[in-house]
Amino acid sequence: MATSLEHLPAAPLRTAPTGAGPAPPRRVPLPVLLTCLGIALPVSLVFGAGTGASGLSWPEVAHHLWAGLTGGPVAADQAGAYTIVWELRFPRAVLAAIVGAGLSAIGVAVQAMVRNALADPFVLGISSGAAVGANAVLIFGAFGAFGVWALSSAAFVSALLAMVLVYAVARTDRGLTPLRLVLTGTAMYYGFSAVTTFMVFAAERGEAARSAMMWLLGSLGGATWTSVPIAAAAVCAGLAHLVWSARRLNALAMGDETAAALGVDAGRLRKELFLVSAAVTGAVVAVSGAIGFVGLMVPHAARMLVGADHRRLLAVAPLAGAVLLIWVDILSRVVLAPAELPVGVLTAVIGVPCFVLLMRRRSYTFGGA
Amino acid sequence: MGPNGSGKSTLLRCVYRALRPTAGTVRLGEEDVYAISARESARRLAALPQEAVSEFDFTVAEVVAMGRLPHQRSMARATDEDLRTCEAALAGVGAGHLTDRGFLTLSGGEKQRVLIARALAQQPRVLILDEPTNHLDIAQQLEVLALVRESGLTVLTALHDLNLAALHCDLIHVIDAGRIVASGPPHDVLTPALLAEVFGVRAHRVPHPETGAVQLLFDRLQPA
Repeated sequence: MATSLEHLPAAPLRTAPTGAGPAPPRRVPLPVLLTCLGIALPVSLVFGAGTGASGLSWPEVAHHLWAGLTGGPVAADQAGAYTIVWELRFPRAVLAAIVGAGLSAIGVAVQAMVRNALADPFVLGISSGAAVGANAVLIFGAFGAFGVWALSSAAFVSALLAMVLVYAVARTDRGLTPLRLVLTGTAMYYGFSAVTTFMVFAAERGEAARSAMMWLLGSLGGATWTSVPIAAAAVCAGLAHLVWSARRLNALAMGDETAAALGVDAGRLRKELFLVSAAVTGAVVAVSGAIGFVGLMVPHAARMLVGADHRRLLAVAPLAGAVLLIWVDILSRVVLAPAELPVGVLTAVIGVPCFVLLMRRRSYTFGGA
Repeated sequence: MGPNGSGKSTLLRCVYRALRPTAGTVRLGEEDVYAISARESARRLAALPQEAVSEFDFTVAEVVAMGRLPHQRSMARATDEDLRTCEAALAGVGAGHLTDRGFLTLSGGEKQRVLIARALAQQPRVLILDEPTNHLDIAQQLEVLALVRESGLTVLTALHDLNLAALHCDLIHVIDAGRIVASGPPHDVLTPALLAEVFGVRAHRVPHPETGAVQLLFDRLQPA
Protein backbone atom coordinates (compact mmCIF):
# COMPACT_ATOMS: atom_id res chain seq x y z
CA MET A 1 0.00 0.00 0.00
CA ALA A 2 1.37 3.33 -1.02
CA THR A 3 1.82 5.78 1.73
CA SER A 4 1.47 9.44 1.24
CA LEU A 5 2.32 12.36 3.39
CA GLU A 6 -1.09 13.77 2.53
CA HIS A 7 -2.61 11.39 5.06
CA LEU A 8 -0.95 13.31 7.83
CA PRO A 9 -3.34 15.56 9.66
CA ALA A 10 -3.08 19.22 8.87
CA ALA A 11 -3.50 20.22 12.48
CA PRO A 12 -0.35 20.38 14.64
CA LEU A 13 0.66 16.95 15.83
CA ARG A 14 1.64 18.22 19.20
CA THR A 15 -1.62 18.44 21.04
CA ALA A 16 -1.71 17.76 24.73
CA PRO A 17 -2.69 14.13 25.25
CA THR A 18 -6.02 13.93 27.04
CA GLY A 19 -6.12 10.97 29.36
CA ALA A 20 -3.59 9.15 27.25
CA GLY A 21 -0.77 7.12 28.69
CA PRO A 22 -0.76 4.71 31.60
CA ALA A 23 -3.51 5.00 34.17
CA PRO A 24 -2.65 6.87 37.35
CA PRO A 25 -1.12 4.61 40.01
CA ARG A 26 -3.88 3.01 42.06
CA ARG A 27 -3.43 3.80 45.70
CA VAL A 28 -5.11 2.88 48.91
CA PRO A 29 -6.70 5.88 50.68
CA LEU A 30 -4.51 6.80 53.62
CA PRO A 31 -7.25 7.02 56.31
CA VAL A 32 -8.51 3.53 55.42
CA LEU A 33 -5.03 2.07 55.57
CA LEU A 34 -4.12 3.80 58.83
CA THR A 35 -7.37 2.68 60.42
CA CYS A 36 -6.74 -0.93 59.40
CA LEU A 37 -3.17 -0.84 60.69
CA GLY A 38 -4.27 0.98 63.85
CA ILE A 39 -6.67 -1.87 64.60
CA ALA A 40 -4.25 -4.57 63.49
CA LEU A 41 -1.47 -3.43 65.82
CA PRO A 42 -3.18 -3.97 69.21
CA VAL A 43 -4.90 -7.12 67.92
CA SER A 44 -1.52 -8.49 66.84
CA LEU A 45 0.02 -7.61 70.20
CA VAL A 46 -2.72 -9.60 71.95
CA PHE A 47 -2.15 -12.53 69.62
CA GLY A 48 1.54 -12.29 70.35
CA ALA A 49 0.81 -12.55 74.06
CA GLY A 50 -1.64 -15.39 73.52
CA THR A 51 0.51 -17.69 71.42
CA GLY A 52 3.04 -20.08 72.87
CA ALA A 53 3.92 -23.53 74.07
CA SER A 54 1.89 -23.53 77.31
CA GLY A 55 -1.76 -23.81 76.33
CA LEU A 56 -3.35 -20.88 78.10
CA SER A 57 -6.94 -20.05 77.14
CA TRP A 58 -7.80 -16.66 75.61
CA PRO A 59 -9.79 -15.48 78.68
CA GLU A 60 -6.76 -16.29 80.85
CA VAL A 61 -4.45 -14.38 78.49
CA ALA A 62 -6.83 -11.42 78.44
CA HIS A 63 -7.11 -11.50 82.21
CA HIS A 64 -3.35 -11.49 82.74
CA LEU A 65 -2.78 -8.78 80.12
CA TRP A 66 -5.38 -6.63 81.85
CA ALA A 67 -3.76 -7.32 85.20
CA GLY A 68 -0.36 -6.37 83.80
CA LEU A 69 -1.62 -3.19 82.17
CA THR A 70 -3.57 -1.98 85.20
CA GLY A 71 -1.30 -3.44 87.84
CA GLY A 72 -4.29 -5.37 89.19
CA PRO A 73 -4.06 -8.30 91.62
CA VAL A 74 -3.12 -11.79 90.45
CA ALA A 75 -4.09 -14.89 92.41
CA ALA A 76 -1.12 -16.83 93.83
CA ASP A 77 -1.88 -20.00 91.84
CA GLN A 78 -1.97 -17.91 88.68
CA ALA A 79 1.49 -16.39 89.14
CA GLY A 80 3.15 -18.77 86.66
CA ALA A 81 0.67 -18.04 83.90
CA TYR A 82 0.89 -14.33 84.64
CA THR A 83 4.68 -14.44 84.28
CA ILE A 84 4.42 -16.25 80.95
CA VAL A 85 1.92 -13.78 79.50
CA TRP A 86 3.14 -10.53 81.02
CA GLU A 87 6.86 -11.08 81.57
CA LEU A 88 7.77 -13.29 78.61
CA ARG A 89 5.31 -13.16 75.73
CA PHE A 90 3.96 -9.63 75.86
CA PRO A 91 7.33 -7.83 76.07
CA ARG A 92 8.43 -10.00 73.21
CA ALA A 93 5.47 -8.89 71.06
CA VAL A 94 6.04 -5.26 72.08
CA LEU A 95 9.71 -5.51 71.20
CA ALA A 96 8.83 -7.10 67.84
CA ALA A 97 6.60 -4.10 67.14
CA ILE A 98 9.32 -1.63 68.10
CA VAL A 99 11.98 -3.40 66.07
CA GLY A 100 9.67 -3.76 63.04
CA ALA A 101 8.69 -0.10 63.21
CA GLY A 102 12.30 1.02 63.66
CA LEU A 103 13.74 -1.05 60.81
CA SER A 104 10.95 0.03 58.45
CA ALA A 105 11.27 3.74 59.25
CA ILE A 106 15.05 3.62 58.94
CA GLY A 107 14.71 1.70 55.68
CA VAL A 108 12.64 4.58 54.31
CA ALA A 109 15.19 7.12 55.55
CA VAL A 110 18.24 5.28 54.23
CA GLN A 111 16.67 4.80 50.81
CA ALA A 112 16.07 8.55 50.56
CA MET A 113 19.48 9.32 52.05
CA VAL A 114 21.47 7.32 49.52
CA ARG A 115 18.79 7.86 46.87
CA ASN A 116 18.74 4.19 46.08
CA ALA A 117 15.65 2.04 46.28
CA LEU A 118 17.72 -1.06 46.98
CA ALA A 119 19.27 0.26 50.17
CA ASP A 120 18.24 -0.98 53.61
CA PRO A 121 19.28 -0.12 57.19
CA PHE A 122 22.16 -2.57 56.97
CA VAL A 123 23.80 -0.99 53.92
CA LEU A 124 25.57 1.50 56.19
CA GLY A 125 27.59 -1.28 57.81
CA ILE A 126 26.24 -0.41 61.26
CA SER A 127 24.55 -3.73 61.95
CA SER A 128 27.56 -5.79 60.99
CA GLY A 129 29.58 -3.61 63.35
CA ALA A 130 27.06 -4.42 66.07
CA ALA A 131 27.44 -8.10 65.24
CA VAL A 132 31.14 -7.95 66.06
CA GLY A 133 30.41 -6.70 69.58
CA ALA A 134 27.52 -9.08 70.12
CA ASN A 135 29.53 -12.09 69.06
CA ALA A 136 32.48 -11.11 71.19
CA VAL A 137 30.06 -11.42 74.11
CA LEU A 138 28.38 -14.60 72.93
CA ILE A 139 31.57 -16.42 72.07
CA PHE A 140 34.30 -15.04 74.28
CA GLY A 141 32.23 -13.74 77.16
CA ALA A 142 33.51 -10.19 76.72
CA PHE A 143 31.83 -7.29 78.54
CA GLY A 144 31.08 -9.65 81.44
CA ALA A 145 31.01 -6.72 83.87
CA PHE A 146 27.77 -5.49 82.30
CA GLY A 147 25.85 -8.60 83.40
CA VAL A 148 22.49 -8.95 81.65
CA TRP A 149 23.25 -5.82 79.67
CA ALA A 150 26.48 -7.24 78.24
CA LEU A 151 25.05 -8.36 74.91
CA SER A 152 22.99 -5.30 74.05
CA SER A 153 25.52 -2.79 75.33
CA ALA A 154 28.35 -4.48 73.43
CA ALA A 155 26.23 -4.50 70.28
CA PHE A 156 25.27 -0.86 70.69
CA VAL A 157 28.77 0.35 71.46
CA SER A 158 30.27 -1.48 68.51
CA ALA A 159 27.45 -0.15 66.30
CA LEU A 160 28.44 3.38 67.32
CA LEU A 161 32.11 2.65 66.65
CA ALA A 162 31.19 1.30 63.23
CA MET A 163 29.20 4.47 62.63
CA VAL A 164 32.15 6.70 63.48
CA LEU A 165 34.38 4.64 61.20
CA VAL A 166 31.97 4.68 58.26
CA TYR A 167 31.41 8.40 58.71
CA ALA A 168 35.11 9.20 58.89
CA VAL A 169 35.84 7.23 55.73
CA ALA A 170 32.82 8.35 53.72
CA ARG A 171 32.85 12.07 54.43
CA THR A 172 34.30 14.54 51.96
CA ASP A 173 34.57 18.31 51.79
CA ARG A 174 31.08 18.35 50.35
CA GLY A 175 29.63 16.26 53.18
CA LEU A 176 28.28 12.77 52.70
CA THR A 177 27.54 11.80 49.13
CA PRO A 178 25.23 8.87 48.37
CA LEU A 179 27.68 6.77 46.41
CA ARG A 180 30.55 7.09 48.86
CA LEU A 181 28.20 6.27 51.71
CA VAL A 182 26.95 3.08 50.05
CA LEU A 183 30.42 1.99 48.97
CA THR A 184 31.96 2.64 52.38
CA GLY A 185 29.08 0.97 54.19
CA THR A 186 29.27 -2.08 51.95
CA ALA A 187 33.04 -2.37 52.30
CA MET A 188 32.76 -2.09 56.09
CA TYR A 189 29.95 -4.63 56.05
CA TYR A 190 32.27 -7.22 54.51
CA GLY A 191 35.10 -6.25 56.83
CA PHE A 192 32.99 -6.63 59.99
CA SER A 193 31.38 -9.81 58.68
CA ALA A 194 34.82 -11.30 58.21
CA VAL A 195 35.68 -10.55 61.85
CA THR A 196 32.40 -12.08 63.01
CA THR A 197 32.82 -15.15 60.86
CA PHE A 198 36.32 -15.62 62.17
CA MET A 199 35.08 -15.44 65.75
CA VAL A 200 32.37 -18.02 65.06
CA PHE A 201 34.98 -20.20 63.35
CA ALA A 202 37.38 -19.86 66.25
CA ALA A 203 34.71 -20.56 68.88
CA GLU A 204 35.53 -23.63 70.89
CA ARG A 205 32.03 -24.33 72.08
CA GLY A 206 29.45 -25.41 69.54
CA GLU A 207 26.64 -23.86 71.56
CA ALA A 208 28.28 -20.43 71.38
CA ALA A 209 28.57 -20.69 67.61
CA ARG A 210 24.91 -21.63 67.46
CA SER A 211 23.79 -18.63 69.47
CA ALA A 212 26.04 -16.43 67.36
CA MET A 213 24.30 -17.80 64.27
CA MET A 214 20.92 -17.16 65.87
CA TRP A 215 21.92 -13.58 66.61
CA LEU A 216 23.10 -12.98 63.05
CA LEU A 217 19.75 -14.14 61.70
CA GLY A 218 17.82 -12.18 64.29
CA SER A 219 15.79 -13.37 67.23
CA LEU A 220 13.42 -11.81 69.71
CA GLY A 221 13.84 -14.72 72.11
CA GLY A 222 15.80 -12.66 74.63
CA ALA A 223 13.10 -10.02 75.03
CA THR A 224 12.25 -8.85 78.53
CA TRP A 225 10.81 -5.59 79.79
CA THR A 226 14.35 -4.36 80.47
CA SER A 227 15.19 -4.47 76.76
CA VAL A 228 12.10 -2.46 75.76
CA PRO A 229 12.66 1.11 77.05
CA ILE A 230 15.95 1.95 75.33
CA ALA A 231 14.90 0.49 71.99
CA ALA A 232 11.51 2.20 72.29
CA ALA A 233 13.07 5.55 73.10
CA ALA A 234 15.53 5.33 70.21
CA VAL A 235 12.85 4.31 67.71
CA CYS A 236 10.38 6.98 68.89
CA ALA A 237 12.98 9.75 68.83
CA GLY A 238 14.26 8.64 65.42
CA LEU A 239 10.75 8.38 64.00
CA ALA A 240 9.86 11.82 65.35
CA HIS A 241 12.87 13.33 63.63
CA LEU A 242 12.03 11.61 60.35
CA VAL A 243 8.37 12.64 60.41
CA TRP A 244 9.45 16.18 61.17
CA SER A 245 11.82 16.02 58.17
CA ALA A 246 9.35 14.32 55.82
CA ARG A 247 9.06 17.20 53.36
CA ARG A 248 12.83 17.64 53.31
CA LEU A 249 13.16 13.91 52.59
CA ASN A 250 10.94 14.40 49.53
CA ALA A 251 13.24 17.13 48.30
CA LEU A 252 16.34 15.04 49.02
CA ALA A 253 14.88 12.11 47.08
CA MET A 254 14.69 14.38 44.01
CA GLY A 255 18.42 15.13 44.17
CA ASP A 256 20.86 17.32 46.09
CA GLU A 257 20.65 20.17 43.60
CA THR A 258 16.88 20.22 43.61
CA ALA A 259 16.93 20.08 47.40
CA ALA A 260 19.22 23.12 47.43
CA ALA A 261 16.91 24.97 45.08
CA LEU A 262 14.03 24.23 47.47
CA GLY A 263 15.96 25.62 50.41
CA VAL A 264 17.09 22.28 51.86
CA ASP A 265 20.76 21.79 52.71
CA ALA A 266 21.27 18.25 51.41
CA GLY A 267 24.66 17.77 53.06
CA ARG A 268 23.35 18.69 56.49
CA LEU A 269 20.16 16.67 56.14
CA ARG A 270 22.17 13.62 55.10
CA LYS A 271 24.36 13.98 58.19
CA GLU A 272 21.28 14.16 60.41
CA LEU A 273 19.82 11.10 58.71
CA PHE A 274 23.06 9.19 59.06
CA LEU A 275 23.20 9.87 62.80
CA VAL A 276 19.54 8.97 63.32
CA SER A 277 19.80 5.81 61.19
CA ALA A 278 22.95 4.64 62.92
CA ALA A 279 21.61 5.25 66.43
CA VAL A 280 18.25 3.59 65.75
CA THR A 281 19.80 0.67 63.87
CA GLY A 282 22.31 0.20 66.68
CA ALA A 283 19.62 0.27 69.37
CA VAL A 284 17.34 -2.10 67.47
CA VAL A 285 20.03 -4.55 66.44
CA ALA A 286 21.33 -4.60 70.02
CA VAL A 287 18.08 -6.14 71.27
CA SER A 288 17.05 -8.29 68.34
CA GLY A 289 20.08 -9.15 66.23
CA ALA A 290 20.25 -8.44 62.53
CA ILE A 291 16.72 -9.09 61.28
CA GLY A 292 16.95 -8.75 57.55
CA PHE A 293 14.48 -7.95 54.80
CA VAL A 294 12.02 -5.89 56.89
CA GLY A 295 13.91 -2.66 56.27
CA LEU A 296 14.04 -3.28 52.53
CA MET A 297 10.64 -4.74 51.90
CA VAL A 298 8.30 -2.75 54.11
CA PRO A 299 9.31 0.64 52.63
CA HIS A 300 8.67 -0.72 49.13
CA ALA A 301 5.37 -2.28 50.08
CA ALA A 302 4.31 0.98 51.72
CA ARG A 303 5.36 2.92 48.62
CA MET A 304 3.26 0.65 46.44
CA LEU A 305 0.27 1.27 48.67
CA VAL A 306 0.48 5.02 49.28
CA GLY A 307 3.10 6.39 46.89
CA ALA A 308 6.51 7.93 47.43
CA ASP A 309 5.54 11.00 49.49
CA HIS A 310 7.45 10.63 52.76
CA ARG A 311 4.72 12.19 54.86
CA ARG A 312 2.42 9.27 54.04
CA LEU A 313 5.25 6.77 53.84
CA LEU A 314 6.45 7.50 57.36
CA ALA A 315 2.94 7.07 58.72
CA VAL A 316 2.34 3.72 57.05
CA ALA A 317 5.74 1.99 56.97
CA PRO A 318 6.43 1.87 60.75
CA LEU A 319 2.93 0.59 61.54
CA ALA A 320 3.11 -2.02 58.80
CA GLY A 321 6.59 -3.07 59.91
CA ALA A 322 5.41 -3.40 63.51
CA VAL A 323 2.44 -5.60 62.61
CA LEU A 324 4.54 -7.68 60.21
CA LEU A 325 7.26 -8.43 62.71
CA ILE A 326 4.82 -9.35 65.50
CA TRP A 327 3.32 -12.00 63.22
CA VAL A 328 6.67 -13.18 61.96
CA ASP A 329 7.76 -13.65 65.55
CA ILE A 330 4.56 -15.53 66.38
CA LEU A 331 5.18 -17.85 63.44
CA SER A 332 8.83 -18.34 64.41
CA ARG A 333 7.59 -19.77 67.70
CA VAL A 334 4.80 -21.88 66.20
CA VAL A 335 6.23 -23.44 63.04
CA LEU A 336 8.81 -25.75 64.62
CA ALA A 337 7.50 -25.63 68.22
CA PRO A 338 9.00 -26.14 70.70
CA ALA A 339 12.10 -25.14 68.72
CA GLU A 340 12.35 -21.57 67.46
CA LEU A 341 13.14 -20.53 63.94
CA PRO A 342 15.38 -17.49 63.39
CA VAL A 343 13.16 -14.50 62.59
CA GLY A 344 15.32 -13.56 59.61
CA VAL A 345 14.45 -16.82 57.86
CA LEU A 346 10.74 -16.16 58.21
CA THR A 347 10.87 -12.50 57.16
CA ALA A 348 12.27 -13.73 53.86
CA VAL A 349 9.84 -16.65 53.52
CA ILE A 350 6.81 -14.41 54.15
CA GLY A 351 8.19 -11.26 52.62
CA VAL A 352 9.21 -12.50 49.21
CA PRO A 353 5.79 -13.79 48.05
CA CYS A 354 4.00 -10.71 49.45
CA PHE A 355 6.46 -8.50 47.69
CA VAL A 356 6.15 -10.30 44.35
CA LEU A 357 2.37 -10.20 44.62
CA LEU A 358 2.27 -6.47 45.32
CA MET A 359 4.78 -5.75 42.61
CA ARG A 360 2.78 -7.63 39.99
CA ARG A 361 -0.53 -6.15 41.02
CA ARG A 362 0.38 -2.49 40.92
CA SER A 363 1.88 -0.20 38.38
CA TYR A 364 4.89 0.25 40.57
CA THR A 365 7.97 1.73 39.00
CA PHE A 366 10.88 0.14 40.69
CA GLY A 367 13.90 2.32 40.27
CA GLY A 368 12.27 3.83 37.19
CA ALA A 369 12.26 0.52 35.36
CA MET B 1 26.27 30.91 27.45
CA GLY B 2 29.70 29.49 26.92
CA PRO B 3 31.48 26.36 25.72
CA ASN B 4 31.32 23.13 27.73
CA GLY B 5 33.25 23.38 30.96
CA SER B 6 33.35 27.17 30.89
CA GLY B 7 31.58 27.44 34.25
CA LYS B 8 27.93 28.07 33.36
CA SER B 9 26.52 25.46 35.72
CA THR B 10 28.96 26.37 38.47
CA LEU B 11 27.87 30.00 38.27
CA LEU B 12 24.20 29.05 38.39
CA ARG B 13 24.77 26.65 41.26
CA CYS B 14 26.31 29.46 43.26
CA VAL B 15 23.17 31.49 42.65
CA TYR B 16 20.69 28.85 43.83
CA ARG B 17 22.89 27.92 46.76
CA ALA B 18 23.96 24.44 45.74
CA LEU B 19 27.56 25.64 45.85
CA ARG B 20 28.91 28.35 48.14
CA PRO B 21 31.13 30.78 46.22
CA THR B 22 34.71 30.85 47.47
CA ALA B 23 35.02 34.51 46.52
CA GLY B 24 32.53 37.28 45.81
CA THR B 25 28.86 37.54 46.68
CA VAL B 26 25.60 36.72 44.95
CA ARG B 27 23.20 39.63 45.25
CA LEU B 28 19.50 39.68 44.56
CA GLY B 29 18.64 43.35 44.50
CA GLU B 30 20.63 44.72 47.40
CA GLU B 31 20.62 41.46 49.32
CA ASP B 32 23.39 38.88 49.65
CA VAL B 33 21.72 35.54 48.89
CA TYR B 34 23.96 33.78 51.41
CA ALA B 35 23.14 36.26 54.16
CA ILE B 36 19.53 35.06 54.28
CA SER B 37 18.40 31.53 55.18
CA ALA B 38 18.21 28.80 52.56
CA ARG B 39 14.44 28.75 53.01
CA GLU B 40 14.19 32.48 52.59
CA SER B 41 16.28 32.45 49.42
CA ALA B 42 14.22 29.57 48.00
CA ARG B 43 11.15 31.81 48.24
CA ARG B 44 12.85 34.33 45.97
CA LEU B 45 14.87 32.10 43.66
CA ALA B 46 13.52 28.92 42.07
CA ALA B 47 15.75 26.67 40.03
CA LEU B 48 15.60 23.76 37.61
CA PRO B 49 18.94 22.07 38.11
CA GLN B 50 20.38 19.87 35.44
CA GLU B 51 20.35 16.50 37.14
CA ALA B 52 19.01 13.04 36.62
CA VAL B 53 15.71 13.03 38.42
CA SER B 54 14.65 10.79 41.25
CA GLU B 55 14.06 7.10 40.84
CA PHE B 56 11.25 7.34 43.36
CA ASP B 57 7.75 7.15 42.00
CA PHE B 58 6.27 10.52 42.94
CA THR B 59 3.08 11.69 41.24
CA VAL B 60 3.05 14.94 39.30
CA ALA B 61 0.97 16.55 42.05
CA GLU B 62 3.56 15.54 44.66
CA VAL B 63 6.43 16.91 42.59
CA VAL B 64 4.69 20.26 42.16
CA ALA B 65 3.75 20.35 45.85
CA MET B 66 7.46 20.23 46.71
CA GLY B 67 7.64 23.77 45.35
CA ARG B 68 5.69 24.90 48.41
CA LEU B 69 8.33 23.55 50.77
CA PRO B 70 10.05 26.89 51.45
CA HIS B 71 6.68 28.39 52.38
CA GLN B 72 5.57 25.64 54.76
CA ARG B 73 6.30 24.81 58.35
CA SER B 74 7.67 21.31 58.63
CA MET B 75 4.71 19.75 60.42
CA ALA B 76 1.88 21.87 58.99
CA ARG B 77 -0.62 20.46 56.55
CA ALA B 78 -0.84 21.95 53.07
CA THR B 79 -3.11 25.00 53.16
CA ASP B 80 -5.80 25.87 50.63
CA GLU B 81 -3.43 28.50 49.31
CA ASP B 82 -0.74 25.85 48.76
CA LEU B 83 -3.17 23.66 46.84
CA ARG B 84 -4.48 26.56 44.75
CA THR B 85 -0.97 27.73 43.93
CA CYS B 86 0.09 24.26 42.79
CA GLU B 87 -3.04 23.80 40.72
CA ALA B 88 -2.58 27.18 39.06
CA ALA B 89 1.11 26.50 38.40
CA LEU B 90 0.33 23.19 36.75
CA ALA B 91 -2.51 24.66 34.70
CA GLY B 92 -0.25 27.56 33.75
CA VAL B 93 2.22 25.26 32.03
CA GLY B 94 -0.60 23.36 30.29
CA ALA B 95 -0.08 20.23 32.35
CA GLY B 96 -3.25 20.26 34.46
CA HIS B 97 -4.31 16.94 32.95
CA LEU B 98 -1.14 15.24 34.22
CA THR B 99 -1.86 15.78 37.94
CA ASP B 100 -2.35 12.12 38.87
CA ARG B 101 0.26 10.64 36.55
CA GLY B 102 3.48 9.15 37.88
CA PHE B 103 6.30 11.58 37.19
CA LEU B 104 8.57 8.81 35.90
CA THR B 105 6.05 7.84 33.23
CA LEU B 106 6.10 11.27 31.55
CA SER B 107 7.93 12.20 28.36
CA GLY B 108 10.91 14.55 28.51
CA GLY B 109 8.85 17.56 27.49
CA GLU B 110 6.10 16.79 30.00
CA LYS B 111 8.66 16.33 32.78
CA GLN B 112 10.21 19.69 32.03
CA ARG B 113 6.81 21.38 32.14
CA VAL B 114 6.03 19.80 35.49
CA LEU B 115 9.39 20.90 36.88
CA ILE B 116 8.68 24.43 35.67
CA ALA B 117 5.33 24.22 37.45
CA ARG B 118 7.17 23.20 40.63
CA ALA B 119 9.44 26.22 40.28
CA LEU B 120 6.43 28.50 39.70
CA ALA B 121 4.73 27.04 42.79
CA GLN B 122 7.65 28.42 44.77
CA GLN B 123 6.32 31.87 43.80
CA PRO B 124 9.82 33.18 43.23
CA ARG B 125 10.99 36.48 41.78
CA VAL B 126 13.76 34.84 39.78
CA LEU B 127 13.78 31.58 37.87
CA ILE B 128 17.11 29.82 37.25
CA LEU B 129 17.36 27.19 34.54
CA ASP B 130 20.36 25.05 33.68
CA GLU B 131 20.10 23.84 30.09
CA PRO B 132 16.31 23.49 30.20
CA THR B 133 16.13 22.37 26.57
CA ASN B 134 18.50 19.40 26.85
CA HIS B 135 17.09 16.16 25.43
CA LEU B 136 13.97 17.87 24.10
CA ASP B 137 12.83 17.93 20.50
CA ILE B 138 12.76 21.30 18.77
CA ALA B 139 9.04 21.95 19.30
CA GLN B 140 9.39 21.16 23.02
CA GLN B 141 12.43 23.42 23.24
CA LEU B 142 10.47 26.33 21.80
CA GLU B 143 7.55 25.59 24.09
CA VAL B 144 9.65 25.48 27.23
CA LEU B 145 11.32 28.78 26.43
CA ALA B 146 7.98 30.38 25.61
CA LEU B 147 6.59 29.12 28.91
CA VAL B 148 9.35 30.60 31.03
CA ARG B 149 9.05 33.87 29.13
CA GLU B 150 5.33 33.98 29.75
CA SER B 151 5.92 33.50 33.46
CA GLY B 152 6.88 37.16 33.64
CA LEU B 153 9.70 36.33 36.07
CA THR B 154 13.30 37.34 35.71
CA VAL B 155 14.87 34.27 34.12
CA LEU B 156 18.53 33.38 34.34
CA THR B 157 19.29 30.42 32.11
CA ALA B 158 22.21 28.53 30.66
CA LEU B 159 21.57 27.64 27.01
CA HIS B 160 23.59 25.65 24.53
CA ASP B 161 21.75 26.69 21.41
CA LEU B 162 22.99 30.14 20.38
CA ASN B 163 20.08 30.71 18.00
CA LEU B 164 17.49 29.92 20.66
CA ALA B 165 19.29 32.30 22.98
CA ALA B 166 19.31 35.00 20.32
CA LEU B 167 15.54 34.62 19.88
CA HIS B 168 14.49 34.39 23.52
CA CYS B 169 16.94 36.36 25.66
CA ASP B 170 17.04 40.05 26.44
CA LEU B 171 20.62 39.93 27.63
CA ILE B 172 23.36 37.43 26.92
CA HIS B 173 26.44 36.92 29.06
CA VAL B 174 29.21 34.90 27.49
CA ILE B 175 31.40 32.98 29.89
CA ASP B 176 34.76 31.54 28.94
CA ALA B 177 37.11 29.69 31.28
CA GLY B 178 35.25 30.96 34.33
CA ARG B 179 35.13 34.62 33.31
CA ILE B 180 32.40 36.71 31.74
CA VAL B 181 33.90 37.94 28.48
CA ALA B 182 30.91 39.74 26.97
CA SER B 183 27.50 41.00 28.11
CA GLY B 184 24.69 42.73 26.31
CA PRO B 185 21.72 42.27 23.99
CA PRO B 186 22.07 39.37 21.51
CA HIS B 187 22.62 41.73 18.60
CA ASP B 188 25.70 43.28 20.27
CA VAL B 189 27.18 40.16 21.80
CA LEU B 190 26.84 37.49 19.14
CA THR B 191 29.51 38.81 16.79
CA PRO B 192 31.57 36.59 14.48
CA ALA B 193 34.74 37.75 16.21
CA LEU B 194 33.57 36.76 19.68
CA LEU B 195 32.14 33.43 18.50
CA ALA B 196 35.42 32.62 16.80
CA GLU B 197 37.37 33.45 19.92
CA VAL B 198 35.18 31.76 22.52
CA PHE B 199 33.58 28.86 20.64
CA GLY B 200 36.18 28.38 17.93
CA VAL B 201 33.67 28.53 15.06
CA ARG B 202 33.17 30.67 11.99
CA ALA B 203 29.75 32.31 12.20
CA HIS B 204 27.61 34.17 9.70
CA ARG B 205 24.95 36.50 10.98
CA VAL B 206 21.66 36.54 9.12
CA PRO B 207 18.48 38.35 10.13
CA HIS B 208 15.48 36.19 10.95
CA PRO B 209 13.24 36.61 7.89
CA GLU B 210 10.15 37.37 10.00
CA THR B 211 11.37 39.04 13.16
CA GLY B 212 14.70 40.42 12.06
CA ALA B 213 16.40 38.95 15.15
CA VAL B 214 20.00 37.84 14.83
CA GLN B 215 20.42 34.22 13.71
CA LEU B 216 23.66 32.41 13.11
CA LEU B 217 25.01 29.90 10.64
CA PHE B 218 28.14 28.03 11.60
CA ASP B 219 31.18 26.55 9.89
CA ARG B 220 34.38 25.08 11.21
CA LEU B 221 37.02 27.66 11.83
CA GLN B 222 39.44 27.31 8.91
CA PRO B 223 43.08 27.69 9.75
CA ALA B 224 44.04 30.96 8.11
